[in-house]
Amino acid sequence: MKTIDLHTPIPEHDLQQLKAGDFITISGTIYTARDKAHKKIAELVTQQKPLPIDFTNAVIYYAGPSPAPPGMPIGAIGPTTSYRMDAYTEAMLSLGVRMFIGKGFRSSEVKKLLVNYNAVYCSSFGGAAAYLNQCVVDAQIVAFEEFGPEAMYKLTVEKFPVIVINDMYGGDLYA
Amino acid sequence: MRTISHEELYTAVSNLVVQANFNLPDHVYQALSTMHSSEKKPLAKETLHILLQNATIAATKHIPLCQDCGSVIVFLQIGTGVTIDGNPEEIINTAVADTYRSHYLRPSIVKDPLFDRTNTGTNTPVFIHTDIVEGDSLAITVYIKGGGSENMSSLRMFTPTADIEQIIDYIVATVKQAGPNPCPPLFLGIGIGGTADVAMLNAKKAVLQKEPHPNEEYRRLEEVILQRCNTTGVGPLGFGGNNTVATVRIKEAPTHIATLPVALNLNCHSLRYRSTIL
Repeated sequence: MKTIDLHTPIPEHDLQQLKAGDFITISGTIYTARDKAHKKIAELVTQQKPLPIDFTNAVIYYAGPSPAPPGMPIGAIGPTTSYRMDAYTEAMLSLGVRMFIGKGFRSSEVKKLLVNYNAVYCSSFGGAAAYLNQCVVDAQIVAFEEFGPEAMYKLTVEKFPVIVINDMYGGDLYA
Repeated sequence: MRTISHEELYTAVSNLVVQANFNLPDHVYQALSTMHSSEKKPLAKETLHILLQNATIAATKHIPLCQDCGSVIVFLQIGTGVTIDGNPEEIINTAVADTYRSHYLRPSIVKDPLFDRTNTGTNTPVFIHTDIVEGDSLAITVYIKGGGSENMSSLRMFTPTADIEQIIDYIVATVKQAGPNPCPPLFLGIGIGGTADVAMLNAKKAVLQKEPHPNEEYRRLEEVILQRCNTTGVGPLGFGGNNTVATVRIKEAPTHIATLPVALNLNCHSLRYRSTIL
């Protein structure tokens, strides 16, 4: 299939050209965060405490990998279901996140927010976690190690495949 | 009375956990492969291709099929002529905890659903269902169920006079509403009859049945539900296409004159389970 290859930080004009249904690959840096990390980040924002990373133009991947076996940077690493992060999406957008990767439906509220903040929601390949492992070159825990699989990882990825679900113009592949 | 040793049970459970998490059963791989051949939409076809590659990579490189290594559900069929040397619940939980650690499988179980969501770190406790059967053997099935698809489970208590069309509509609507969330193409298990809890359990058991229903009426119903689900357009991973559901399996049970429970177990494309008989 025809794919669009993007590199982080994703330039503005590259984000703008993305349309629902596009098959894209991402190379560079993405950060994992799932339920507990989102809740914690929201708390840190409310308490005006320092954040673990700079979220400006960041790509956030909703994922909780399996532990890294010896000789591999990470274990299996497919996306988790995104709607559980809906309640925290505005906070993440206001911190500067421009792309979210997960799987499954977003709320109508989140879809409006994506348009307002010029951000994009993509789905990776749910349950293709061994396949996606092959796209991860390096993985480092950057925050919340105590959360185990829900810790926040900085991933260096090479041609990590995703499908654009919600573009910044209101396009929706699931609709 | 035949005795099964502590070690025999421990080793059997440990092996089943490994096989289930790293090797997709042949018939599941075959079902994905058949859908890949028949799928017309390019994105859906590519998605199925990736899922097939995933199974190969998982097996050859020993990477779990899915990062969500699931809740571990164990079905035991204990023969009346067999006894286990030790507490089977303890042995099974120990085998699962040890194997999850030694094979780098993700622990996903928290201590308490409400007040202490701390990861137990061992993926235990295991959820065990036991049947007592004739004979002197012990049948064990280890079934790995991910949280994303489990969240799409559904139960409806129909009135006994409901017609079959209403039941089919409910099932198809549930699959459509779940859309991409449970990672289709789905293996759909349906429990009909019994009490609410029995129907849910039968929906879990149904999904593991390889063959269509032996009774012709139920078999036809399975086929109709399959066809209807595959006209929803949800497709592989919800990206659109004709393959939303891979198989439909029904397990029925006698029920009360006032009730008609229908329970749905939506299993993702990664149907992970293994069985053995000791």
